[in-house]
Amino acid sequence: MRSKPSAQSSGEHAPWWLKLGAVGALLFLHIPLALIFLYAFTTDESGYTFPPPGLTLKWIPRALANPDMQAALLLTVKVAAVATVAALILGTLAAAAVYRYDFFGKETVSFMLILPLALPGIVTGIAIRSAISLLDIPFSFWTIVIGHATFCVVVVYNNVLARFRRSSGSMVEASMDLGANSFQTFRYVIFPNIGTALLAGGILAFSLSFDEVIVTTFTAGLQQTLPIWIFSQMLKPRNRPITNVTAMLVVVITAIPILIAQRISARGSDSEGATK
Amino acid sequence: MFQRISTYLYLRPRLSLALLLLPPLVWFLVVYIGSLLSMLVNSFFYLDGFTGQVVRQFTLDTYAKLFIPTNVQILSRTLFMALAVTLGCIVLAFPLSYYMARIASPRMKTFLYLAVTLPLWSSYVVRVYSWKLILAQEGIISWFARLLHLDGVLNWYLSSPLLGGPSLGISLTGVFLVFVYIWLPYMILPIQTALERVPKSLIEASSDLGASPAQTFRNVILPLAFPGVVAGSIFTFSLTLGDFIVPSLFGNSSFFIGKAVLTYQGTSGNIPLAAAFTMGPIVIMIVYLLIARRLGAFDAL
Repeated sequence: MRSKPSAQSSGEHAPWWLKLGAVGALLFLHIPLALIFLYAFTTDESGYTFPPPGLTLKWIPRALANPDMQAALLLTVKVAAVATVAALILGTLAAAAVYRYDFFGKETVSFMLILPLALPGIVTGIAIRSAISLLDIPFSFWTIVIGHATFCVVVVYNNVLARFRRSSGSMVEASMDLGANSFQTFRYVIFPNIGTALLAGGILAFSLSFDEVIVTTFTAGLQQTLPIWIFSQMLKPRNRPITNVTAMLVVVITAIPILIAQRISARGSDSEGATK
Repeated sequence: MFQRISTYLYLRPRLSLALLLLPPLVWFLVVYIGSLLSMLVNSFFYLDGFTGQVVRQFTLDTYAKLFIPTNVQILSRTLFMALAVTLGCIVLAFPLSYYMARIASPRMKTFLYLAVTLPLWSSYVVRVYSWKLILAQEGIISWFARLLHLDGVLNWYLSSPLLGGPSLGISLTGVFLVFVYIWLPYMILPIQTALERVPKSLIEASSDLGASPAQTFRNVILPLAFPGVVAGSIFTFSLTLGDFIVPSLFGNSSFFIGKAVLTYQGTSGNIPLAAAFTMGPIVIMIVYLLIARRLGAFDAL
């Protein structure tokens, strides 16, 4: 049986049940996120009534003024910022080493970098928790940062390495031939070249850290990052309207940078940034 | 000064390599591999029941505790859930993956790709939270059921002892639904990649040789999509094994591996048992990865 060739489709005919299944899966993926936005405006304070009995804007300023939420947000941003800087440095160094040199165990290095993201979060979490217990280290800001930086390195590494592989090595050689030293070459040739890859990798690392909850549970002790605060609110709901607004806030804070990062990566035709 | 350092390094590539590689390597060896090893070490210690202190002495007793009936039940319950979630994801992912890979126009495909990856990148906790809203007794599912006059069916379903509960929000069905939702994109993308690689000529040849579309699907497309399915299942399986957030929020009192690990290390301070429990998912995943590699799943990633 032959279907009519058309400019739109790639030639295959889609039966109705296939279309239905595809649309169904898309709705399944997106309706829950849409509901997050709806519930941020509900007047219902004690439950999750659907449809919402009324809509209001009053929870947004109240959520933003909530001291618990502010403290959690501040801690989350600080952790994400420091973890991102660490990931940028370590990821770029690793990418440069893997790109520039051939050495024994190169594959192993790449594998090791991706491991914290590939294994279930609980493995990384309990592993770091074991080390903390074994060495009797007290929980602190830095125990959270160390865990986060470890799984953020790989996104920077992937982005920067992909950029290195596409940019030509002859520019670096030309710069050296023209008398620039390594530092000048880095400052004027390499850095402008990988700048956007660093930006994209940095943004991805930041949002990865911003909403991490599983590893953080094991490294935070009694401190609350924003995702942990939301988690605790779900376990024992105390302030539903505030939590609803915070959930929306987190979606916005993480989604917008990722869209930007994908734009940046796409402009450098660099799909590596999109794989988690 | 800079010039001299620069020349010095340029003439010694091994030293430059060492300077580049050392910081990330040391970080990973100390922080990550070191932590994994300390977990292994901890799993051979034990908790003194009277003092509540971890005794740093080699023993296999902690591992033996994994085989008492309660813990075997936790392991098998988690495995069963991971299996069910994986199957659910396959069924739900397949039509969309197929549409993306073989039917959608290039522009449509870009749009669908973004539509699938965006939830993957949005906040995990918030996506879980959204199901708290959906599955609540007064939430959208109950509303929808009432709208269709199916609330009787819903109540009947909830009254079933194994899958039901006081509301969908506290039931094994709820846990299953949330897991499927959270991990679905991880299944869609590899299946799509695998389907994309099925050459069109193969399908034409199959229909030229007289196979019906259903036969072509069963005998040509499905076997070639299989590595993609296995690749996707690595994610859905491994992520379900290690998660504690979803069972704590939607499950009843029955434990899953993740929740057990969290409880042991937290309230009871029994890090050795938590570590030993974590070896469960690790061993299962290593075996799974070895099988997956033999099935050719890594090419579809």
